[in-house]
Amino acid sequence: MLFCLLLLAGAPASASDAPAEFSNPALAARYDVLLGELRCLVCQNQTLKDSHAELAQDLRDEVKRLLEKGDSDAAIRDYLVARYGDFVLYSPPLKESTWLLWLGPFVLLALAVMVVVMMSRRRAPPPAPLDDTERARLAQALAERREHP
Amino acid sequence: MKKMPLRFGVPLLLFGALVVFLAIGLQRDPRLVPSPLIGKPAPQFSLGTLSAPNKPMQREDLLGQPYLLNVWASWCAQCREEHPLLVELGKAGKVKLVGLNYHDELEAGREWLAQRGDPYGLTLFDPEGKLGLDLGVYGVPETFVIDAKGVIRYKHIGPLSSEVLNREIMPLLASPEPRAQ
Repeated sequence: MLFCLLLLAGAPASASDAPAEFSNPALAARYDVLLGELRCLVCQNQTLKDSHAELAQDLRDEVKRLLEKGDSDAAIRDYLVARYGDFVLYSPPLKESTWLLWLGPFVLLALAVMVVVMMSRRRAPPPAPLDDTERARLAQALAERREHP
Repeated sequence: MKKMPLRFGVPLLLFGALVVFLAIGLQRDPRLVPSPLIGKPAPQFSLGTLSAPNKPMQREDLLGQPYLLNVWASWCAQCREEHPLLVELGKAGKVKLVGLNYHDELEAGREWLAQRGDPYGLTLFDPEGKLGLDLGVYGVPETFVIDAKGVIRYKHIGPLSSEVLNREIMPLLASPEPRAQ
């Protein structure tokens, strides 16, 4: 954060915040969505849409240029990933190095369910019904109690 | 002592594992993003140099010998920090050094080098950050090792230290073959 502020202080103020103008409203909408999905690598917890860093402005201009050139959203994402890595995407792709990230929570959930099931199984079974002798003893004990309360 | 019951031991172990993972996570610097460009050919460019801004150079002009590509700017404070090391390296003359003046002004860049010494055989002038973008530069200084065939072998983000230089970079420049990672 501090780093971002420092950068801001050093950057010419005019560089950021110039709103992009598109002649085609469909492009503007796609631009808006794309910027929300892409990370500014200088201020890492901000999207390209939010960040005022100079790099973010460069990348916004680049996204605009590619959109106007007619590139698809996927092509633009690939273009940035090829240069900055998967980290530039807020939603990382599912692949070998990220399967733990994506599937880990489900694995943990499955483990938790297994533990709960095992614990409930292990609980002592309900007591067996009384047999005849036990019932007789119970009746006797209750009778005794009634006589001598 | 009584053996610790499972119902305490298991959560304790899980907690321990969590602590280890979080501790490792905290030690890592989130600013150091691995570059997807390692092992890929350096991007094409056509840029002038600080000394001859109107005479564009291409990627092919730099092939034939491994070189260190150092991305810097006159407005970059950390570049000042690493610069003496580069000047020293330039004096030793063993390494081909190429500068990339990133998002800067011609006069400011020239003056910066005049004041601090110019270790670079040549400095590419990239005022719009075009090559910077293709190289995935997001914080100056950054330093790339590019081999004789123009393949990016290594990237360092942030100011160079003599430790990084000796341990990581010099071995790469010495051996033209790709190092097993």
